[in-house]
Amino acid sequence: MSDHSAIRNPQSAISMTFTLNGSPVSVEIDPVDRLLDTLRYQLALTGTKEGCGEGECGACTVHLDGLPVNSCLVPSYQVRGHRVDTIESLDPRALEPFERCGATQCGACTPGVVMTAWWIGQHADLLRTHTIRELMAGNLCRCTGYDGIVDSVAEALRETGGGRRET
Amino acid sequence: MQRREALTKLTGRERYVDDLPLEGFLWGMTVRSPAPRGRIAAIRFAKGVDWSQFVVVDHRDIPGPNVVALIEQDQPVLAADVVRHVHEPVLLLAHPSRDAVRRAVRSVEIVVAPEPATLDFRVSPDVLKHLKIEKGDVARALAQAPVVVSGTYETGAQEHVYLETQGMIAYLEGDVLVVKGSMQCPYYVVKALQHALARDESKVRVIQTPTGGGFGGKEEFPSHIALHAALLGLKSGRPVKVIYDRGEDMAATTKRHPALVRHRTGLTRDGRLLAQDIEVVIDGGAYVTLSPVVLSRAIIHAAGPYACDHVRIVGRAVFTNAVPFGAFRGFGAPQTQFAGERHMDVIAQTLALDAVELRRTNLLREGQTTATGQVISDGTDRVAVMERALELSGYRVKQRDHATFNATQATLRRGIGLATFYHGAGFTGGGEVALKSRLRVAGLPDGRVEVLSASIEMGQGTLTVFTELAAARLGLAPEDVTIAEADTARVPNSGPTVASRTTMIVGGLVERAADDLRRRAGLDDAAQGDAVKQAIRRWHRDHAGGTLVGEATYEKPPGIEWDDTTYRGDAYGAFAWAAYTAEVEVDLRTCATRVIDFVAVQEVGNVLNPTLARGQVQGGVVQGIGWALMEECKWRDGAMANNQLTNYLIPTSDDVPSIRVAFLENPYAHGAGGAKGLGELPIDGPAPAIVNAVARATGADPRAIPVTPERLMELLEIADLGLRIADSAP
Repeated sequence: MSDHSAIRNPQSAISMTFTLNGSPVSVEIDPVDRLLDTLRYQLALTGTKEGCGEGECGACTVHLDGLPVNSCLVPSYQVRGHRVDTIESLDPRALEPFERCGATQCGACTPGVVMTAWWIGQHADLLRTHTIRELMAGNLCRCTGYDGIVDSVAEALRETGGGRRET
Repeated sequence: MQRREALTKLTGRERYVDDLPLEGFLWGMTVRSPAPRGRIAAIRFAKGVDWSQFVVVDHRDIPGPNVVALIEQDQPVLAADVVRHVHEPVLLLAHPSRDAVRRAVRSVEIVVAPEPATLDFRVSPDVLKHLKIEKGDVARALAQAPVVVSGTYETGAQEHVYLETQGMIAYLEGDVLVVKGSMQCPYYVVKALQHALARDESKVRVIQTPTGGGFGGKEEFPSHIALHAALLGLKSGRPVKVIYDRGEDMAATTKRHPALVRHRTGLTRDGRLLAQDIEVVIDGGAYVTLSPVVLSRAIIHAAGPYACDHVRIVGRAVFTNAVPFGAFRGFGAPQTQFAGERHMDVIAQTLALDAVELRRTNLLREGQTTATGQVISDGTDRVAVMERALELSGYRVKQRDHATFNATQATLRRGIGLATFYHGAGFTGGGEVALKSRLRVAGLPDGRVEVLSASIEMGQGTLTVFTELAAARLGLAPEDVTIAEADTARVPNSGPTVASRTTMIVGGLVERAADDLRRRAGLDDAAQGDAVKQAIRRWHRDHAGGTLVGEATYEKPPGIEWDDTTYRGDAYGAFAWAAYTAEVEVDLRTCATRVIDFVAVQEVGNVLNPTLARGQVQGGVVQGIGWALMEECKWRDGAMANNQLTNYLIPTSDDVPSIRVAFLENPYAHGAGGAKGLGELPIDGPAPAIVNAVARATGADPRAIPVTPERLMELLEIADLGLRIADSAP
C-alpha cells in the first residue's frame, strides 16, 4: 500500500505560526506533516478533502499566498509565516451559480473545485489565454462530467463581469 | 428545485465519515495477502515493535461464521488458512496513531506457501454461475441465414474512483454496535454484521454518512470495512476508524468485471437480424460477490434493443484469483452492449450497409419482443430517439465533412460513431418482489413531513428527488419536507441504493406512503398543502406524544411476469432507451483519441429534475469516455499495479467536450412521477459510440477497450503492415 505520511519523530515537533483564513494561528507540528492533515486533524477544518494523496485530484486545494496548491503535497512547515486560505473562508453568497448550474453532486471534489474556481474568479484575465476547462483540469470530478462545473464558473464570471462566456 | 444539500457541499460543511468528530478513537488498518493463492504458512510480527500497544484481530476473533454474508456465504471476513487473491484481508491492527499503525502494517509479514493461481479468466475452467436465454431455434436460423457475421469483443476492468475513498467508524453505544460510514446499502451492512458477529439485529445500528460517490463500488464492499472496524472496536472497547487511502482503495476493493463476448449473427443481405448467438464470459475474481446477478443483467442486455426471432445467449461467470469484481454502474450491461454495438458496426462494414440503416431496420418496434420474450409496448418510438441524436449531432453533415477533412489532413483523422441501446431499471425479474421494500412518511407535530428510507444520497440526487416527490404529492413546499438520515435504527428497509431503482421504484413508495399519511391524518387523497399541514398538526394535538406515520410496501405493477428458471418473461418493469453519438479526432502521430463532440439522447419517462438528470447523464458519459479510451487496470501477479491516480487516468475537464444531452419524455405509468430509472443508462453507450467513431476515423478495427494510444498504434501498425505485405505480394 502506498503511504504518504513520513515517520514521525516526536523530538522534531516544532511550533509554527501562519495566517489561516485571515487570522494568525499557532500549531505544534512535525515539519513534514502534510498541510492537509494539519488543517483537517489538528485545526478541525474538514472542508478540505483528501482524494488521492499525491497531487493528482485537487480535492485538497487550498490557497497558499493566494495561489491554489494541493495541500497533500505541502509540508506544513512550508506555510510558516505565510497565508493559507481554505474553503471555510469563502462567502457562501458567491456560490449561487454553482448551486444553480449543478456544479456539485457527491461533493467530495467540490471544495477543491470551488477553491480553484475562486482563484480563476480573482484572475479573470487568465481566460484571455486559457479556457475554463484547461484551468479546471487539476480538479478531478467523477460525478458531473464537468459541464456543471464549467457552466458554473462561466456563469459566476459573467455575473461578476469578469472573463468571457465559455461553453 | 435546486439540489438540497448543494450549499453544504459547496462550502465544505458536509461531513463525510472522516470529517466526523470522534473522541478517543483508534485508527484501524488491514494486513493483506501478498500472494494470489496459497496456504498461510506463518504470520511474522517484526521485532522492535511494541506489539502490546496494538489491537490485533485475526479470524479467531470473529464471534460468528467467518463470512461476509451476501448471495453466497463464501467470502471470509479475514482469511484463516488459505488466501484466494492478492490483498485478501488476513489481519487487522489498530492504534491511536495513524502513523504508528501504518508502520505496523509494514512490520507484519504474511508468509504464503504459493499454489498455482488462475489469473486469466478467459481460460478459467472454474464456473461460478451459468445462465442461458433461448428464444426460437438459433442453430437452424444460423444454418439457413444468407450471411453470418462473427466477432469477439473484450472489455477491461474499471475502477470506480469515487472521490471519497471508502471508510467506516465503529463503536459501542451501551450494548448496541454502531457503524457509520460511506455506503449505498445500509441494510446489507446490517445483515453482514449480524451474521459474522452473531448479533441480534436490535444490537446492530448502521448509519450512512454523506457518501462521496459510489457508482456501485459502495454496494457490497462497505460490509467488509464495517466488519473490520467493528471487530477492532469490539476487541479494543474503543471507537475505531478505518479510512482507506487511495492506493489501498484502488488495490483492494472491487472493480467492473472484465468481459469477453462472442457474437455469431445471421442476417439477410439487406441487414435484417435472423439469429443472434452470443456467448458472454465475465471474470468474477476469487469470490462470488454479486457476479451471478451481474451476469444476469449482462446477458439480458446482450442482444441489444433489436428484434430478432432466434436468440441464444449463453453466459458464464468464472472464478479466478483476481481481487473480486463487483457492482459498477451498468452492472454487466455496459460490457455486453459495448460488444453488441461494436458488432453492429462490424456487421454494417462487412455487408457494406449503412450503420444507421442497419439499426433502423432492427430496432424494436411496438409489440415486438426482447430476447427473454418481453413484449415491448411502452409507446416509445426508438427510431425517433435515434433520429433525434442524428439530427442534434449533425451526423450526416459531419460524415461528409470528415471525408474532406481526412483527405486533406496529414496527421489528423475524424470520425463519428453511433450506439443505440437500452437499460432495464430496477432489480431484474422477481428481484423487486423479493426485496419487499418499505418506506415511511411521517407527519411531524409542526405540520411538516419526514421521509424515512434506507435509500441514500451519494451525489445522484435522492434527497432532492424524494423532497420533490413528497412535496408534489402533498402540495407542500420543499421546506416542509425533511429527509431522515439513513439510520437503520429509524428507517425501514427500502432496499439497496442500486440498479437505477431509487427514483422509479422507491420514489413510488414515497408517493404512496404520502397518500397513506394523508389518510391516517383523516384526509382524502385530494387534500393538498395547508389542509395537509393543518390536519397533521391537529392529529398531533389530539394524540399528544404519538407518531403519525404513513407507510408503503412495494407492489408489483400488474402484468409483469418473470420465470427465473427459464429466463423468460418481463426482465424489467421498464427500459430506458437511448442513442448516443461520439465525434472523435485521432492524432496519427501519437494515436491519441480525443472526443470532440458528444450527443446523448434518451427516453427515460418523465424527467423529474432536469439539472440533476442532465448531470447524471453527463457524468455517466464521461465515465464511459474514460472506460473507452484511457482507464486501464494493469495487473501484476493478480494485483493492480497502477493503483494510483498518477497512472490510472480518468478524464479531466480538459479531456472531454461539453456533453450535449436531450430527453424524450414518455411517462411510465408505474414510475414515480412518470419517471424511469436513469442512473446507469449513460454508461452503456459511450464506449461503443466512441470505438465505432475511431474505426470510422482511422480504418482500424478495435474490438477491445480501452482503446489507449498504445493499443491503437498497434492496430494501425498491423493494418499498415498488412497493406504493405499485400502490396509486395507477387
